[in-house]
Amino acid sequence: MGNSRRDFIKISTLGTAGTIVGSKYLLAQGQQSILENPKGPWMMPKDLERTPTYCEVCFWKCAGWTYKNANGQIQKIIGNDDDPNSNGRFCPRGTGGVGMYFDEDRLKHPLIRIKNADGTQSFKKASWDEAFDYIQLKLEKVIEEHGPECIALFTHGSGGTYFGNLLKALGSQNITAPSYAQCRGPREVGFIATFGDGLSSPEPTDIRDTKCMVLIGSHIGENMHNGHVQEMSDAIDKGATIITVDPRFSTAAGKSKYWLPIKPSTDLALLMAWIHVLIYEERYDKKYVEQYTFGFEQLKAHVKHMTPEWAYGITTIKPQVIRETAREMSYASPATIIHPGRHVTWYGDDTQRLRAVAILNALLGSWGRRGGFYIPDKAKVPGVPHPPYPKPARTWRDAMGGKYELADLALANGVCDATVPSATTDCGIKAWIVNGTNLIETLPNRPNTLEAINALDLMVVVDTMPMEITGYADVILPECTYLERYDSLRVTQHREPTISLRMPAMTPKYDSKPAWWMAKNLADRLGKGDYFPFDSIEEELDYQLKKVGSSLEEMQRIGVKKMDRPYDDLYYKDGEEIEFNTNTGKIELYSTSLEEYGFDPMPKYTAHPEPPAGYYRLIYGRAPMHTFSRTANNPNLTDLMDENTVWVNPKVAKEWDLKNGQEVYLQNQDNVVSTFPIKVRVTERIRWDSVYMVHGFGHSKKQLTRAYGRGASDTELITNIMMDPIMGGTGMRGNFITFRFNKA
Amino acid sequence: MRYAMAVDTKKCVGCSDCVVACQTENDVPIGYCRDWIVEVTDGTYPQLELEHRSERCNHCENSPCVRCCPTGASHYSDGGIVMVTKNKCIGCGACIASCPYDARYTHPKGYVDKCTFCIHRVQKGQQPACVAVCPTKCMYFGDLDDPNSDVSKVIKKRKYKTLIPEAGTKPQLYFLI
Repeated sequence: MGNSRRDFIKISTLGTAGTIVGSKYLLAQGQQSILENPKGPWMMPKDLERTPTYCEVCFWKCAGWTYKNANGQIQKIIGNDDDPNSNGRFCPRGTGGVGMYFDEDRLKHPLIRIKNADGTQSFKKASWDEAFDYIQLKLEKVIEEHGPECIALFTHGSGGTYFGNLLKALGSQNITAPSYAQCRGPREVGFIATFGDGLSSPEPTDIRDTKCMVLIGSHIGENMHNGHVQEMSDAIDKGATIITVDPRFSTAAGKSKYWLPIKPSTDLALLMAWIHVLIYEERYDKKYVEQYTFGFEQLKAHVKHMTPEWAYGITTIKPQVIRETAREMSYASPATIIHPGRHVTWYGDDTQRLRAVAILNALLGSWGRRGGFYIPDKAKVPGVPHPPYPKPARTWRDAMGGKYELADLALANGVCDATVPSATTDCGIKAWIVNGTNLIETLPNRPNTLEAINALDLMVVVDTMPMEITGYADVILPECTYLERYDSLRVTQHREPTISLRMPAMTPKYDSKPAWWMAKNLADRLGKGDYFPFDSIEEELDYQLKKVGSSLEEMQRIGVKKMDRPYDDLYYKDGEEIEFNTNTGKIELYSTSLEEYGFDPMPKYTAHPEPPAGYYRLIYGRAPMHTFSRTANNPNLTDLMDENTVWVNPKVAKEWDLKNGQEVYLQNQDNVVSTFPIKVRVTERIRWDSVYMVHGFGHSKKQLTRAYGRGASDTELITNIMMDPIMGGTGMRGNFITFRFNKA
Repeated sequence: MRYAMAVDTKKCVGCSDCVVACQTENDVPIGYCRDWIVEVTDGTYPQLELEHRSERCNHCENSPCVRCCPTGASHYSDGGIVMVTKNKCIGCGACIASCPYDARYTHPKGYVDKCTFCIHRVQKGQQPACVAVCPTKCMYFGDLDDPNSDVSKVIKKRKYKTLIPEAGTKPQLYFLI
């Protein structure tokens, strides 16, 4: 098996002739099925002018309405006024979500990898039965030879609920999403270590009522975290002070009273200096600190030497600016937010940096206070009844040698590492199901990802689009888009708990199917039908909704239902007794749990490597009209932005004689050269020691006709990973690039 | 009645939601747009200023496009909204050449197309699609003759500018600064 997989990887990078032919064939098939305009069980009642949905273009999951035109075609998607995540206003990606449905490059039929007579491999169009037969056979073999725990699921989409249920039913807990260890994981662990609680999503930052918000590299407005963008705008209206720390003049920096153009990788020194100022100028919330926190005296002693003058030499931010901004935070407290950000896997000491963020919030008394962090609530919706899940013999954690025990969720890179056979690993994961996440562009250190894939007996990819990951699959299952399916209810935290429904506006195009149906069919075949007790997802949803006093019928009409909030208070009452979920029952400025596991109980700044001469630190981020790499082919969204550029400071451009719009290749410190050239954007908005690019471009799959070869991929240049020793996050900002004028 | 729009450059983040919302509301073909984003950076690192503007037809009170239209397709409608009657338009492009704001384009079907302030929505008492969708709520639309309209109130309260005032077209798109 290993041999054939290696063959394939070679094939898929050197020649894709087989798959290209397949794609043309499929396109013709697809067009035919459009003409047929099939009617099926998903057709909607005619009297519904609009159908409720919640968005699948990003994780914010805004609830809205899909409207159709007189021809019965999808016209537009508009926010639901009752939805606290969007307040009736969708972001560009949600508005452009229609493009996911119309994209003619979508996956159209199940595909199975076959070996041709001449030894080459290609994908063959298959029926769903053939695809399921294939998967069943392979999974049964893996289960028999290695055990059910050798199946893993990577998911970043709604289908994860159902494939997750399937995996747990089979007896595997290897279920992971790259949104943890490649994104927000360190933040959760840092806040749990401090407050006993993580932040989850949407983060309960009370931006609406804040008087001072501090953004550390977080680029609200470019990341379209809808509710936060809206509330930041409200805060600007009300005259809130915004302080932005970023080596790049971000959009948020452009809205800020203070922009601190920090030297990259030194944020922790700035945070510690702010802590120093608050403590030594006695500007912290004394009553709050005394009542709720543990370890103040140790912290005070710890930061004694971490003065603004000390931080100036590290961060290049002037001492006077550090003091002035710390005072601004203090004047506004407790209505001050040191925003935890979201993608925080930067330099490997990220949990400690986020600890410093948490400590600052604690000193300002903003946790649990108006204008700081509110106490969120979430509706309690019962799950679907099923037999108990079998206990897995082992999980990915067993392959980690006792490392990363503080990770509160599975690490995608951990599962990937546990798949690569090694002398020390006995986890031996043999099958992956990958749903809605393009691991090739999501996980850093691509050679490692490919090595893991190489070691698999089976990889099933479930997606709507022919993303890069599909090229490595044994079986590709075409999922219908969110506009063509029901999914599990959206139950997210907010100021007031709500539930919302996604229902199909259209029948699935081509031969695509919803994840629920796929997971149920596979469960039935693998003898786990008991875990999917309902015959249809409509029955399942109706069962759940009736348990919480609603019904599918009601939700189809209203889309979003506000639920009762059992505890009325969004904030702590003055002087209220609170038991925090930490060892000491207090907010831990000095972390006893980190100490217990052998880590620094209080954050310490350590210097990170700097770019060698002629190299620049690679900083990446988001554009408001795209979500990671998943929207790069969306016709509506590529119309707004169809490639990324590399931002270069004019001083650097002069040195290299770079002109605006000129195409260059990027080469990193490990001599990896970008597959495609990228256009230069000469701009004052980036520091001279760094370059910036938007993540998610430079697609190498030709079937993505609009995205192929447009811009460059930051992920392929991220080969140096700075691991977070506390929770296993993959720090990705320690990569340096230089310019090349040709590829060879 | 005098319809006008104000865009708050202090709040606009340049996300282009107004662009895609207009496209899906008005069946603007992909590759064309009736509104667009302009980003202006001033200064030298780190002394910088950044302005984002959502721009569109200025619905000028003294519109060169209406004046130069040989067929009368370009005309003033309710509240001064500048409109194009599709079936009167011969696609000669005189209006496109005359517009100082480059706000018009030739639709693939042959006629000239542009922002209508979503008159079909306004007549139903709704906001234009761009205003209704904007996540930053940076746009204000309404009747300048009504002192209680959103746009009248915000213009009274805030500093603003118009674009290319020297063209003498009396634009009705105001940018709050």
